[in-house]
Amino acid sequence: MIETNGLSKSFETKRKRQTVKVDAVVDVNLKVAEGEIFGFLGPNGAGKTTTLRMLATLLPPDGGEATIAGFNLRTEPAKVRKSIGYVQQGRATWDDATAREELILQARMYTIDKAEAMVRAEAALKAFDLTEIADRRCKTYSGGQRRRVDVAMGVIHQPKVLFLDEPTASLDPQSRAHMWDEVRRLRDEGMTIFITTHYLDEADALCDRIAIIDHGSIVAEGTPADLKREISGDVVTIGVPESAAKAEEVLKGQKVVKSVEARGDSELRLSVDTGETAIPLIMKTLSDGGISLTTIELHRPTLDDVFLTKTGRSLRES
Amino acid sequence: MKLFRDIWLVFQRHMLLMIRTPMLVILGVAQPVVYLILFAPLLKEALATLGAQTTTDAYRMYVPGMLIALAMATGLYSGFSLLAELSSGVIERSRVTAISRTAMLLGRTLRDVVVIIIQSIILTILSIPLGLIVQVLNVLLAYLILAMVTLFTSAISYGIALKVSGPAVLGQVINNVAQPLMLLSGTLLPIALAPLWLRRVADWNPFAWAVDGMRSLFKGDSSNPHVWQSLVIVTVLTVIAMAWSTRLFAKHVK
Ligand SMILES: Nc1ncnc2c1ncn2[C@@H]1O[C@H](COP(=O)(O)OP(=O)(O)O)[C@@H](O)[C@H]1O
Ligand SMILES: [Mg+2]
Repeated sequence: MIETNGLSKSFETKRKRQTVKVDAVVDVNLKVAEGEIFGFLGPNGAGKTTTLRMLATLLPPDGGEATIAGFNLRTEPAKVRKSIGYVQQGRATWDDATAREELILQARMYTIDKAEAMVRAEAALKAFDLTEIADRRCKTYSGGQRRRVDVAMGVIHQPKVLFLDEPTASLDPQSRAHMWDEVRRLRDEGMTIFITTHYLDEADALCDRIAIIDHGSIVAEGTPADLKREISGDVVTIGVPESAAKAEEVLKGQKVVKSVEARGDSELRLSVDTGETAIPLIMKTLSDGGISLTTIELHRPTLDDVFLTKTGRSLRES
Repeated sequence: MKLFRDIWLVFQRHMLLMIRTPMLVILGVAQPVVYLILFAPLLKEALATLGAQTTTDAYRMYVPGMLIALAMATGLYSGFSLLAELSSGVIERSRVTAISRTAMLLGRTLRDVVVIIIQSIILTILSIPLGLIVQVLNVLLAYLILAMVTLFTSAISYGIALKVSGPAVLGQVINNVAQPLMLLSGTLLPIALAPLWLRRVADWNPFAWAVDGMRSLFKGDSSNPHVWQSLVIVTVLTVIAMAWSTRLFAKHVK
């Protein structure tokens, strides 16, 4: 649905009378399949917005190509525009207009006639749970409500592809969960969604596939589960009553156990490929060896571990 | 036609926003109203040297100048609201839609024209009990000149706003351009009082022409060549300035 090839963009900014070149996006290659939620994860200033604005035809790329919904970004921008919805990072509504007015205007800006625009606005208000506040001015909305209006505007013309630039940034947990539900609903209706975020848990929980971007370059791409597995596998920690050395002996020869290390008398740390299949085998091996278990715990690497491995920094700190 | 439909859409939205914050329109006329009342007792004597024999004569000179000054100020400062809108994100959101870029600029300018006409009607009506006597048809023609001046000055302001880097620079440019132009157009005091060299400079100032045309109309002298001359001058300039600024804007928001 979206394919980019060597997409690049740099900006020239003046700093102390010197022109500094900022490489905002460097040689980005992506493939987004139809009907998936594709996450673009990266810290502030990584180049997420710049990439999105290029794909949404708002910023001409310096280099590279892209195809969106089958149309070439450079040669058929008008057709690309018709196929996409774009929800920008900042706010996009007038303080003194109401959600209903904004939705109708947005539909009409997409050349939809007035009667149809009113029908669509009504449907969108319902779908995005905004009916109650539909006729209040936007400035009276909560952050989450206002963001839902933005997304509702972005899909009012029923695009095939939706670009969402940090739709949950600075929302409270409840509003974020609400927004995730909306995004999943749109995906289930068949839309392809390209979403940027700097939240690890959002990339993990919401996205079917993600790409991690840092300093303008893609450093990793795949499903969240694959990316995590790729770096280190799962860690299983078990507790045994004062027989750690013996347990280590027993487990060492097992195929599923990549490494095992006793920590004190009663704790062992095992590194395995896949936790859920390894745990039953570990338990059976121990009971066959006559060792009883007190605790067992599975630790999965997080996307932060992935980011750390790829960039040498933690996303939480950057 | 799509362009007119789009202009109407943008115009409607800006009218709606204006109606929601009517204080802006009211504050816009507050200052001219104060001037009108404050200067009322002085006007006849101040303008006597120019042949104003009655209070009515004085108002027929003073009100047109004041209206032009108001239109110029509104127009020249509209670049700021364009910059504010550009940074607020509402324009960015429109950019992915099919709306005409020209309409995005023209729709909001027409709102300014409507505001100016409303304010001018208020000021004209308020001047009547003070002694102004005018003919409706002439006043309507005068409002046409005013509308053109508003369009012209807004277009210039938009163009400069899009050329300079931010509101601070725009403010500098407007202050250095607008103030001399206003003083030299005889908006508040007729330029005929000025020394000869200054009057020659004013011959090249389109706003001075607009003021002259409006004064003739307020006097009821609609056959005076100043009337059609000023209309032609401001219309031509408006078309040129509009073409320039809409092109700049279309390039800016592509
Ligand atoms: N219009 C611009 N002019 C100059 N630099 C810019 C501009 N837009 C973005 N940048 C720079 O490009 C880099 C990437 O920015 P951006 O794409 O907004 O990152 P993100 O959305 O991931 O936070 C940053 O270093 C930013 O300062
Ligand atoms: Mg961003």
